Amino acid sequence: MRTDVQKINEQTPHQELTEGLIMFAGGTSRYFETGEWRTSTPVLHEDLCRQCLLCAPVCPDSSIPVTDGERGDFDYDHCKGCGICAAVCPFDAIEMKEGR
Amino acid sequence: MAIRERMSGNEAVAYGIRQVNPDVMPAFPITPSTEIPQMVSTYIANGEIDTEFIPVESEHSSMSAAIGAEAAGARSLTATSSAGLALMWEELLLAASNRMPLVLTLVNRTLSGPININCDHSDGMGARDTGWIQIYAENNQEAYDNFLQAYPIAEHSDVHLPVMVCQDGFITSHAVENIELLEDDVVKDFVGEYEPEEYLLNPGKPIAVGPYSVTAYAMEAKKNQELALERSKEVILQVAKEFEKISGRKYGLFEEYRTEDADYIMLIMGSAAGTAKQAVDDLRLQGKKVGVIKLRVFRPFPAQELAQALKNCKAAAIMDRCESYNGNGGPLGSEVTAGLYRSKVMIETVNYIYGLAGRDFTVNEVYDVFSQLEDLVENGKEAEQYQYIGLRKTGGAQ
Amino acid sequence: MSNYSLKEMMNKPERFAPGHRMCAGCGATIAVRAVLRALEEKDRAVIGNATGCLEVSSFTYPYTAWEDSYIHNAFENAGATLSGVETAYRALKKRGRLPEDETFKFITFGGDGGTYDIGFQSLSGAMERGHDMVYVCYDNGAYMNTGIQRSSATPMYADTTTTPVGSQSNGKMQNRKDLASIIADHDVPYVAQTTFTRDFKDLHEKAHKAIYTKGACFLNVMTPCPRGWRYNTPDIMKICRLAVETCYWPLFEVDHGKWTLSYEPKKKLPIEDFLREQGRFKHLFKPGNEDLIAQFQAEVDRRWEDLLFKCSR
Repeated sequence: MRTDVQKINEQTPHQELTEGLIMFAGGTSRYFETGEWRTSTPVLHEDLCRQCLLCAPVCPDSSIPVTDGERGDFDYDHCKGCGICAAVCPFDAIEMKEGR
Repeated sequence: MAIRERMSGNEAVAYGIRQVNPDVMPAFPITPSTEIPQMVSTYIANGEIDTEFIPVESEHSSMSAAIGAEAAGARSLTATSSAGLALMWEELLLAASNRMPLVLTLVNRTLSGPININCDHSDGMGARDTGWIQIYAENNQEAYDNFLQAYPIAEHSDVHLPVMVCQDGFITSHAVENIELLEDDVVKDFVGEYEPEEYLLNPGKPIAVGPYSVTAYAMEAKKNQELALERSKEVILQVAKEFEKISGRKYGLFEEYRTEDADYIMLIMGSAAGTAKQAVDDLRLQGKKVGVIKLRVFRPFPAQELAQALKNCKAAAIMDRCESYNGNGGPLGSEVTAGLYRSKVMIETVNYIYGLAGRDFTVNEVYDVFSQLEDLVENGKEAEQYQYIGLRKTGGAQ
Repeated sequence: MSNYSLKEMMNKPERFAPGHRMCAGCGATIAVRAVLRALEEKDRAVIGNATGCLEVSSFTYPYTAWEDSYIHNAFENAGATLSGVETAYRALKKRGRLPEDETFKFITFGGDGGTYDIGFQSLSGAMERGHDMVYVCYDNGAYMNTGIQRSSATPMYADTTTTPVGSQSNGKMQNRKDLASIIADHDVPYVAQTTFTRDFKDLHEKAHKAIYTKGACFLNVMTPCPRGWRYNTPDIMKICRLAVETCYWPLFEVDHGKWTLSYEPKKKLPIEDFLREQGRFKHLFKPGNEDLIAQFQAEVDRRWEDLLFKCSR
């Protein structure tokens, strides 16, 4: 009974919605792109980044992926551009730029 | 081999719970259902069952915890009455909309105010539009039998809805009567193991229950829930057939008692059906063509089936043990007449309110109701379409 | 004794997916991520949630942000609902319907509305009964989901939509309820108060302890709300630091009845430093309102002294 989230949208007939609107799946929100909300955009200056990772836990949108102990580029599909990461960076490695 | 016993309705339901041995039971005491969690706790204390009992701090929490447990994959139930059910109201809706097949044993008691501990159906009727299946019992035997059928109905894949098994407070719950019980292993086989397909505690298969839904999905979800309730009618009848095989006792959506040639029929629910049947037997001896329909399944409401059952009589008394404060009668009165109209069955009906807050309902009052119906049809004597039975009035009895 | 490593923690698979609809810069989701990082990777979890911002935004059908099983029931019953889930776990384990090597942990999140106020009874019941679960209050000090109405967690003099500042009003008239102390008085095994610190060590360790201490545990996490508090959104970590350095939001834990201060500022900052950053306290800085700030300071001092006393025993 696992749910394929990509088969459910606002045009789906009632017979094809999940029983009790239960989702038989986890983490499906990643298919919803909140990056569209951004009015300003963080840009990572890799040359300045020292991989201290202080930016990673403060992201409300899990949009700073960390692999093998190093952060990668922003997940722009989901980053809402709040600017917290830029504010906490001790090395000015994140710059907020106007627009999306 | 059936076991012959003498038990109260509460004892009978508790005995059924012992036989089913559900996984989780949260409950909070309230008269007259208190005995049920007490007895279950005693079974647990004595090692007769190993249900996990949660002594919650309110009925809102008992239904909340029951929903949590059921969603987690555990067969769950609770018991309550009156204000307890009212406090659960929000959660009743969620149990149904989240499609949780849990069971509530309701011991019907009037709602406040004034606070009063005795029977009427205002609690169950107040919850009539919460999406639950509601099954009412006439006596301890039916309370037991209905409870045993509850999980097979609720858990059926066409249904997945909660079931409320109702019996009349004190009249049924506390009166000791003869009863025929089934053997433990027969009950276990009949009810079976609970094997949900999807649940919170299914390792590696997470689910998410209870979303916020935008308008685009909510209306469709409500229709799906309604369809499940419609489908439950067939499942209730199937389960009754299976139950007959193990018990010899026959159940339907309602019981028709001496109605085949009846000119006048009393439609009634719960313990007062016994009183009505007694009166019908008496009147039949006098040659009166009278009968009783005892409604067992109130939700889903068998509107068409009732209309068919009533279509050949001249007049029907629709008996509500509940005042619904709509200025127009009781809930059964409204729903039955709506059903008659839709089926184009244009018989006379009178809606009577009786037995509120434990007021006695007597055989003599049933005689009076039938004679009023007869007067209406035979002599054209007008009857108020909505009236009280046994109410003191200035100027003497009505 | 601690071997906390931010690098190691951030390396763990994320259990809270992006794509939820919380506001940009929301504190609640930062708290959720930090709490979930404290789960051991091998362990599974069922997450409960009271109605509130977090719930309506993290499971908007058909999009769930939760990688683990999740249940939202209603506003006032997150404690009771997770009680049922946790009890079901024990029942299924006992009856052999769950594999022996599978461990589930139970964490429920509620805002201060769902926790301090409407869900208080359900929370108290769950704590008293001792279910093996953690209740996490993300305390942003008002009913933010419905549009910033006061709660019993709202600090005195805050400007909210039901305690608006006006010619006859200086905002909320009452002090905030000290919920962590109240839950500690339930004699549960572990209670802690925390918020975001630079490397999240404090929150992480407390969450880990709460999750892995048997019995009912409670975490009170201050999670600033940029909309409700009206501070500059990127400055959330600064707000948290000032809350701690002014002793407005002390970090402490109560482990099996033993009160311990987690952090003592070298120099306690004046409360103005915390208040000044937030639009909800702007009126306190008008000439003539100095006594209001003095009263606020006096209450912070009184509570701080009381906490020091509890921690000295």
